[in-house]
Amino acid sequence: MTSIISVTGLGKTYDSGFTALRDVNLDIKRGEIFALLGPNGAGKTTLISIICGISRQTEGLVTADGFDIVNDYRAARSKIGLVPQELSTDAFESVWATVTFSRGLFGKAPNPQYIEKLLRQLSLWDKKDAQMRELSGGMKRRVMIAKALSHEPEILFLDEPTAGVDVELRRDMWEMVRELREQGVTIILTTHYIEEAEEMADRIGVIRKGQILLVEEKQALMDKLGSKQLTVHLQQTLDAIPPELSEFDLHLEQDGSYLSFSYDCRQDGDSVARLLRKLSELGLEIRDLNSSESSLEEIFVSLVHEEN
Amino acid sequence: MNFYAIRAIYKFEMARTFRTLMQSIASPVLSTSLYFIVFGTAIGSRMGEIDGVSYGAFIIPGLVMLSLLSESISNASFGIFFPKFSGTIYEVLSAPVSPLEIVIGYVGAAATKSVMLGLLILVTARIFVDYTIVHPFWMLGFLLLTAITFSLFGFIIGVWADDFQKLQVIPLMVITPLTFLGGAFYSISMLPEPWQSLTLFNPVVYLINGFRWAFYGIADVNVGVSLGMTLLFLVICLGIISWIFKTGYRIRS
Repeated sequence: MTSIISVTGLGKTYDSGFTALRDVNLDIKRGEIFALLGPNGAGKTTLISIICGISRQTEGLVTADGFDIVNDYRAARSKIGLVPQELSTDAFESVWATVTFSRGLFGKAPNPQYIEKLLRQLSLWDKKDAQMRELSGGMKRRVMIAKALSHEPEILFLDEPTAGVDVELRRDMWEMVRELREQGVTIILTTHYIEEAEEMADRIGVIRKGQILLVEEKQALMDKLGSKQLTVHLQQTLDAIPPELSEFDLHLEQDGSYLSFSYDCRQDGDSVARLLRKLSELGLEIRDLNSSESSLEEIFVSLVHEEN
Repeated sequence: MNFYAIRAIYKFEMARTFRTLMQSIASPVLSTSLYFIVFGTAIGSRMGEIDGVSYGAFIIPGLVMLSLLSESISNASFGIFFPKFSGTIYEVLSAPVSPLEIVIGYVGAAATKSVMLGLLILVTARIFVDYTIVHPFWMLGFLLLTAITFSLFGFIIGVWADDFQKLQVIPLMVITPLTFLGGAFYSISMLPEPWQSLTLFNPVVYLINGFRWAFYGIADVNVGVSLGMTLLFLVICLGIISWIFKTGYRIRS
């Protein structure tokens, strides 16, 4: 796959002297869903703002579909749709008017059929004459998406698309993003919800303090860093881990009645069975068992902390 | 040229005008009517003619200018300030539109509205006072030119302002005094020196006099100078706007 967005040596220092991005290099592949993860203030929105033309870069080069975003801004920007984080809308405009406005702004000839299709897809058709101020937050979010898609972009940026959105709408949105990908739209989303990246993304980039820490296939990232954890709740409390169990990566937790065991079942498949056997040989009675897989969230947190 | 974008911005701004028709049209017309009643009919009937024109008729060009200037500035400044304030400007900034197209859209709509309003005030004035227009095409020309120039000026204020107070301060503190002192209600030849000479530094004098010349063929200053000064101000505004877009000043961080 060729890259549709290419960011090279991108840096951004605001007039205040604050450096929001430093030497960012990133390639987004055509047709993928790319999730950009990072804590607050990491530079996610700044990066998106520069690519979309809202902010200017201090240094570096960005191309969208081969067009330089500064010198060929018309060609570059007409490929891109943006759903910003903030729900900035014109309170008194109707849904229909605001989506039609967006299409015109991006230089496309009017196409009421397409707008109708879009509004129907986003379950906004029955609200088409409603003023923006009459809509709920979730509905406004849908309108923002409709606006971003009004000019049939090839690249869609979703900045925190599901912040403050209820579960149902979030599911709808994920569904929509997948459909868009099937139509060949490249999607870049930023999110706080790791669950979201885990659910949707093909690749994940982690950004922190204005720098990209890593870019990885989601599965590879989870495989590489993923481990499982087994918590054994014992009938009795232990003061120390018995020496017979030293071959296992164990920790005593709480009052000593919990044993937590970190393992990687891909690499050593029978460690759980061996541990349980050992425990019963030692006469330690088990009250309860709980196993969990490290989520992207834990991977993310550990990554961000590691760098500290 | 992205004509669809110009049309989209223009239509959007005009829709805003028609949504707020009462504030947009009714209140300036009402306040101007009050001026006509007080200055034109009540006081004007006791005033002598100025250069052969009755006082009520004499103040019409000045009053139209007064509304035209303040409306052009407030329409255009609000038009660009509000998206900045509400955040919706992101869309304009991320769209494939050039600065020129943005300015044509916003300023064009603001100027259209001002011209409509100016003409409406002229019609209203007819109810109170009799007047003639000697050079109707020049009258329209000055009307249009002033509307565009001051809508550009308003656009600059809208970009510069970062709160609602600043949006009001220039029209209130600068434009209104300049208009009142610019000969809207009197001929500057009625002023004693040094005020008469000082007044010539007031750019509004040239706007009002050019406009008044179009009505009655009389003016305190040469109409060519009036036209030149108006065009000069237009060029200055265009220069500032191109600097704004070049540097991204308060628009694109």
